[in-house]
Amino acid sequence: MTRPPADVVIIGAGVVGTAIARTLAAYSLDLVLVDAAGDVGAGTSKANTAILHTGFDAKPGSLESRLLSRGSGLLRSYASAARIPVERTGALLVAWTPDQVAALPLIGENARRNGYRAVRPLAAAELYAREPALGPGALGGLEVPDESIICPWTTPLAFATEAVGAGVRLLLSARVTGVAAVGDVHELATTRGPVRCRWVVNAAGLGSDEVDRMFGGDGFTIRPRRGELIVFDKLARTLLRSILLPVPTARTKGVLVAPTVYGNVLLGPTAEDVPDRSDTATTAAGLRSLLAAGRRILPGLAEEEVTSTYAGLRAATEHADYQIRVDASRRYACAGGIRSTGLSASLGIAEHVAGLLDEAGLELKPRPGFAVSPPVMPYIGEAGVRPYQDAATIAADPAYGQIVCHCERVTRGEIRDALAGPVPPADPGGLRRRTRAGNGRCQGFYCGAAVSRLLSAAGVGTGPGAP
Amino acid sequence: MTAGVVVVGAGPAGLSAAAELCRLGVGPVLVADRESEAGGVPRHSWHTGYGLRDLHRVMTGPAYARSLVSVASSAGAELRTDATVTGWSTGPDGSHTVTVTSPAGPETVQATAVLLATGCRERPRTARLVPGDRPAGVMTTGELQQRVYLGGERLAGRALVVGAEHVSFSAAMTLAHAGADVVALVTEYERQQSYAAFRLGAAVRWRVPVWTSCAVRRIAGRGRLEGVEVADVRTGVARFVPCEVVVFTGDWIPDHELARLAGLAMDPGTRGPAVDTTLATSAPGVFAAGNLVHAAETADVAALSGRHAARHIAAALAAGSPGSPGSLGSPGSPGSPGSGPPAVRLPVLVEPPLRWISPNMVGGSGPPPPLGRFVLRSADFRRTVRLEVRQDGRLLARSRPARLIPGRPVHLDAAWLPRVDPAGGPVRITTGTLP
Repeated sequence: MTRPPADVVIIGAGVVGTAIARTLAAYSLDLVLVDAAGDVGAGTSKANTAILHTGFDAKPGSLESRLLSRGSGLLRSYASAARIPVERTGALLVAWTPDQVAALPLIGENARRNGYRAVRPLAAAELYAREPALGPGALGGLEVPDESIICPWTTPLAFATEAVGAGVRLLLSARVTGVAAVGDVHELATTRGPVRCRWVVNAAGLGSDEVDRMFGGDGFTIRPRRGELIVFDKLARTLLRSILLPVPTARTKGVLVAPTVYGNVLLGPTAEDVPDRSDTATTAAGLRSLLAAGRRILPGLAEEEVTSTYAGLRAATEHADYQIRVDASRRYACAGGIRSTGLSASLGIAEHVAGLLDEAGLELKPRPGFAVSPPVMPYIGEAGVRPYQDAATIAADPAYGQIVCHCERVTRGEIRDALAGPVPPADPGGLRRRTRAGNGRCQGFYCGAAVSRLLSAAGVGTGPGAP
Repeated sequence: MTAGVVVVGAGPAGLSAAAELCRLGVGPVLVADRESEAGGVPRHSWHTGYGLRDLHRVMTGPAYARSLVSVASSAGAELRTDATVTGWSTGPDGSHTVTVTSPAGPETVQATAVLLATGCRERPRTARLVPGDRPAGVMTTGELQQRVYLGGERLAGRALVVGAEHVSFSAAMTLAHAGADVVALVTEYERQQSYAAFRLGAAVRWRVPVWTSCAVRRIAGRGRLEGVEVADVRTGVARFVPCEVVVFTGDWIPDHELARLAGLAMDPGTRGPAVDTTLATSAPGVFAAGNLVHAAETADVAALSGRHAARHIAAALAAGSPGSPGSLGSPGSPGSPGSGPPAVRLPVLVEPPLRWISPNMVGGSGPPPPLGRFVLRSADFRRTVRLEVRQDGRLLARSRPARLIPGRPVHLDAAWLPRVDPAGGPVRITTGTLP
């Protein structure tokens, strides 16, 4: 017996695809969310700068500006309900050269044109009063008080958890290899068998141009831009309070230094066009250039240990703006070319795509008895209370008092919960994104073997030091 | 609860200290360890050679760990496992309130003194800034040993070991034991750093070559490790070495998080808390011992360091209430000469190629350090040198000829301590060459 075709298949379970899935899940639709990877949020969504942007620096009038402004507000509320770690640290743009100082008023004006009015100039003395560890030579800056840091891992997981809870079928390790039209049904060929549907939403990130071509599009080409980042030890966290942003000029984009919601300090990213869509390797030159930049911005970083290094690929295209459109005749929507603001804009993009689908003829009937309520996610930030810190939680279940990963203070209870969750991890990296287990300064010296045993016992593929 | 002393870490230093504290009648003694089993690193280090200097017999790591646990327990120390110190504050009277979190929940413990014995770990690949992919199969010796000896894992395939000091050969043995084919040990130095007998054992039994003047420049493999790029550090010529496992060994760093969060003065060389010859830190009633203050010495040396700290904690507790920094004795009751803490604390600084010295604070009348000697590390090989001890340009001592080997201890007899001028400047250690 073959299943009737789904109403919509969403290709790509990154932060954009999962946001679209949970947004469409509010309607009476049969939905399937597919991804080539074995986990949600396992591509660009997992390796970025983890900032919840206000959109102050977007191009005024662009779709990105509008969806960023709308989406970041939506995500702020959603995060607070879903216990996604967010800290409103604010950002300071720091100008180090006269041409950067000269660029500041334009950036402020640009922010106002984007509808963001809280930007305010700071004299050098104010910068140093706020950030005493800032390196010498800062000439002035701008304050963006609403820029925030966010957990980029919990966000797509929360969206996926909500979607799965509302009945969305999640099909992972399923790479879409082709599509055929059979009447008014799309038959998608995937590496896990065919999937039939009436509508397709392309949220395939780095693969979004390839999927677009399957549906007759030829409007854009992904030009992956690699960004390498360095995560410093938590002991460096006291060096700064805000996100320290570079002032972009025509000559250079610069790198940022930001706290993370896990209590570390992040330095990056580099920006390098790479031909390979899966090349997330770090390079000696990239790390060297970051360290040199970091030493200038925050000299104290040089004394601290590096906890980890990674690289992510932004889905840049030849266009400046997002590539979002719907083709009603093909019953196909594309949400591609979402470069580096996808996390902040995700809920705005999802709302926009749902609107386009509605206009194009997809019937959006509220699901009877469905109440929109974000799932309450396991809390993995530092600003709130973690299980090991909560006497009542431990009293109710001693597993929350048994710390397995010492650097990150992850308990056996949290690991057990993640393995038994509605969207369970597929590998050690997936467990890290759900619990932080293994993410700390020792990188497995103490807990690598023990965490691996817990994963194996749950039937999750592991290997020594698996990603 | 109330304890005389809280010992953080149940490795060789912490357990030996606890046993000694109990023997000296200081109590109650609570040892908190965050692992599920007490014993520290020797638990998963199955080669023999443990216990030589402290227990005067030789045994394997696990047997040594069990032995230390048994001695501390029967001496009367309370050992808590799965117990992490998650909070620590010091009251106006100098007493310490330590929060210990375990499956029983968070518990606060009042203590007169705290001994930090949190040990050390190896720097992982990331901290060493080795670029490339992030595949499975990349680990430290600590993880390798726990996988193989505690988890019973088999590791098939080719393995490369980064480093050529004792622990590197130990990793090679563990890999061979687990079924891996050890391709080589790789070191940036121009020669290996282990003892001849140890090296010979490994080379003869498993025919493991040591590639000197070589460095791992890149890790390759999506998902699983495919190999590493190894470059000659002199010529820059690189080649690809296929392997399924790479183990980063040595390059120790103390586990100093608690020490730093408590605001203790840190030594820039050891990266552990700065300690005087009684192993007192900069905070009243807080001592530090073992590989937290010298990463990494052998387990028996760590154990003796713990015992040394215990004696001075006991002396300080006997001398009176918490008082001046680095001491528990009030300034009015300094204790007997040569046993109490140094009256002043002058830093001991080392100059290249020396990397660190431990202890690293001295005073005019302080007692000698553990085993009556300082321990140092060098960043480079030197065939024969004399260590020279100077204060304000004045030569206090010149050591007997010594050989410097990176990763291996160099010892400096402490007989010069009484010649230190308490009113003078820092003490400096340099390497003079032989005439």
